Amino acid sequence: MRAKALLAVLLIGIILFWAIEDMPAFGDPQAPATQYTGELYINSVLPDIGIENIVTAILASYRGFDTLGETVVIFTAGISVALLLRRGGQL
Amino acid sequence: MIEAFYELFLSRYNYWMAIILMLIGLYALIAKQNLVKKLIGLNIFQTAIFLFYISIGEVEGGTAPIYLPEGVDALYVNPVPHVLMLTAIVVGVSVTAVALSLIVRIYEEYGVIDEDELMQAVRKR
Amino acid sequence: MRENVVIRTVSRLAVPFIQVFALYVIVHGASGAGGGFQGGVVFASSFILMTIAFGLSSVKKRFNNKWIMICSIIGITIYAGIGLLCLILGGNYLEYGIIEATLGIPHLHGYLLDAVEVGIGITVMAVMTSIIYDMAERRGESP
Repeated sequence: MRAKALLAVLLIGIILFWAIEDMPAFGDPQAPATQYTGELYINSVLPDIGIENIVTAILASYRGFDTLGETVVIFTAGISVALLLRRGGQL
Repeated sequence: MIEAFYELFLSRYNYWMAIILMLIGLYALIAKQNLVKKLIGLNIFQTAIFLFYISIGEVEGGTAPIYLPEGVDALYVNPVPHVLMLTAIVVGVSVTAVALSLIVRIYEEYGVIDEDELMQAVRKR
Repeated sequence: MRENVVIRTVSRLAVPFIQVFALYVIVHGASGAGGGFQGGVVFASSFILMTIAFGLSSVKKRFNNKWIMICSIIGITIYAGIGLLCLILGGNYLEYGIIEATLGIPHLHGYLLDAVEVGIGITVMAVMTSIIYDMAERRGESP
């Protein structure tokens, strides 16, 4: 069991290492993720919204739906743990 | 030759680190038989994914993505991976909480946490 | 841990400062580092410290399960309610610009962001405390 698991993990590792040479270098300012999307968000938060924290502005205003869904996820986790671990009594 | 070594190893070392952590977490998830150790392997895997994504968005010489008094002219790191990984961290915490409560119930019901002994106890029931 | 004087005194002294720091982290989500999730977890850690140092029953006298349920529901209702308010006033769901254009108060976009972060912080605090209560109540019964 352990030998088969080790073989599978090494095989996945070799495939992942083969893909490293296509990725952008560490700290590259010309990477496509930083050049198009990052610049768009950095340039448009101050005129549109006017607050200083870019991460909170994206999290609560540009991607507000994801944050609503995530709050529901953590609420569901609390209810699941309460349903599994409480004995007798009410919820 | 030196160019190839530099390009593959020295300037992309963050991907090497993230992939090695991912493989350690994946091995612990598959090969260990204790349920708590599998859960620890899942957490190591998730941490490797966070480090991978946040290290993609790094800009050399950039500062934290909070506006300095200069405004838009200063150099900031990419803020999008930070936002996505904030959500992922919270999801990881929720999964760990529910998995731990399931392990507590399994232990109360069957008395074992080991995977092989658990399968035998379930078949005997 | 109930008999040790040092742990009891230091916990009693440290808990108000931890709660004030948690409120600072939640409210400064818009102008510095911080936000709803981070502040909610720091707030819950003060309750966890009291649980470890004083036992579960004495903490449950101050923050029992009914109030946990009410707090977590209030938090998510604030978030969804602000979105519904934007829908009623004529825009899309969670479009804060419509409220700012209708009421005419400047910088309202930033204040609505702060209100949403407070809602998230309340829910996260209640859920983290509830998880610790449930796990500490099971005192390791083996079959």
